[in-house]
Amino acid sequence: MTEEVLQHTENNIRLPEGSIEKQTTTLNLGPTHPATHGVFQNILEVDGERIISAESTVGYIHRAFEKIAERRPLYQVTPLTDRLNYCSAPINNMGWHMTCEKLLHVETPKRVDYLRVIIMELARTADHIICNSVIGVDTGALSVFLYVMQYRELVYEIYEEICGSRLTTNIGRIGGFERNFNATAWEKLEKFLNEFPKALKEFENLLQRNRIFMDRTIGAGPISAERALNYGFTGPNLRACGVDYDVRVHSPYSSYQDFDFKIPVGTTGDVYDRWLVRNQEMWESLEIIRQAYQKIQEFKGQETEVYHANVPEYYLPPKQDVYTKMEALIWHFKIIMGETEIPAGEVWHSVEGANGELGFYLISDRGRAPYRLHFRRPCFIYYQAFPELVKDSMLADAVIVLSSLNLIAGEMDA
Amino acid sequence: MGLTNEHIKERLIEKFGDSVTGFSEPFGLLTFEVPKEMNLKVLQFLYDDPELKFRFLTDLQAVHYPDDKGRELAVVYHLHNFTDNVRLRFKIFMDIESPDVFTATRLYECANWMERETYDFFGVNFLGHPNLKRILNVDEMDYFPMRKEYPMEDQTRIDKDDEMFGRGGTI
Repeated sequence: MTEEVLQHTENNIRLPEGSIEKQTTTLNLGPTHPATHGVFQNILEVDGERIISAESTVGYIHRAFEKIAERRPLYQVTPLTDRLNYCSAPINNMGWHMTCEKLLHVETPKRVDYLRVIIMELARTADHIICNSVIGVDTGALSVFLYVMQYRELVYEIYEEICGSRLTTNIGRIGGFERNFNATAWEKLEKFLNEFPKALKEFENLLQRNRIFMDRTIGAGPISAERALNYGFTGPNLRACGVDYDVRVHSPYSSYQDFDFKIPVGTTGDVYDRWLVRNQEMWESLEIIRQAYQKIQEFKGQETEVYHANVPEYYLPPKQDVYTKMEALIWHFKIIMGETEIPAGEVWHSVEGANGELGFYLISDRGRAPYRLHFRRPCFIYYQAFPELVKDSMLADAVIVLSSLNLIAGEMDA
Repeated sequence: MGLTNEHIKERLIEKFGDSVTGFSEPFGLLTFEVPKEMNLKVLQFLYDDPELKFRFLTDLQAVHYPDDKGRELAVVYHLHNFTDNVRLRFKIFMDIESPDVFTATRLYECANWMERETYDFFGVNFLGHPNLKRILNVDEMDYFPMRKEYPMEDQTRIDKDDEMFGRGGTI
């Protein structure tokens, strides 16, 4: 018996002096563990509860979007982008539309830009609501999650008014939106702007200076700015390390240069700082939405009805027009049958997704579908740092580090 | 904001001479081509140079051009200089029969999975990569699915038996 144990120990990783256990244990965290919030597998080597090494496996829900996109006309790629980061699908949709518009040299009117900004910031808020409240869940505070989830519902109701769907939104078109925001949408937006700040304040009160929450998150999974940059971190995770990189400011798109907002940054890059940065970003998003709403109200006369660019050769006409108007029928036919001119070229466009820089690299060879389309999925890139983040920490910390990174399996595996 | 595309181009030509070719600026993004043996040298130069400071690897991926004999595969690097907020893109082309290039993992930790993904889908062999194995596809796969010789299934075909999907019969 003793010999067997000894032999077994030899196959294991040598443990440091003073270890409690006599041998390490290999532990599968995931792929379907309730604490991982998605299909992530981590093969952990643990000494008691201390993690010695981690190896991440991804690809469980790989759906070959890049390959599928090579046979889809540009407007049919939008539903694929929905399924990347599905917690903030509108940002992906808009990012894709803007990539196409760049290729097709379509200029969008200011009102369209502002409408897009509203939707994108709502999406960012909805995404941060989930991520931050889930950190609460993983540290043992379920009620805050259930509480703020009501406000994500308000955001989804606004989506519904605009595009008819909630999670995988397929919102907008190349050139703008498929319809103008209706009165109910504005009403619901106002309701959200009035009610959410109070809830967010309460959410902060419950967690921000909460002793248990602070003890659990401060110092968990920290990373230095230098390492984070080397690991390709972007978005709130990078800003939590103190690097003020934000695509909205550094390469403004959709008229973000017209807005006045701050980029919150952290210092230590641990779970707590990531949480703080995201929370502050929600306040900034609300501020941006307010500014955009105000700017939209300043439009007069004809301009108040503008919700898409005047590009009939790329913008799908409304269906009722297709049935009744010759012009619309012709354009509809040409777009659907792939007879519109698509210029050749290569485009890089990136937007500030809710969890980092979401990039689109599109190569067009005049075909109706992209010759090559690559998505730069932020969490695929920064998830590589996970083994380094959790090394020498406790098993319970690995769970909150995982949720604080805002990893979305759909985006990672594309 | 002093760093212009023109200046980067001058610096590159000054350092590497005729090796860097094909300069263009599609949509304002400086793009050029380098021989595949020199990818690391160029990356290192762009990283180290106190003026250029391209220290963020935004993206890395491959493209397959089956008709371009001897240059079928391209690996595309997107780099970003955060100090001056300038991006650039460069490409290396290689023969599909010998798709060997040097890995950028020593310079950028994030290149690890990006290169694994590129290997997984295009079969680019990154020499010196610490763990070059498939990442999104199953390990047993014996081809590189993003290459153009594997077209997406033709939706008009009628010879496909759909029985296994519970629909019975053909189509």
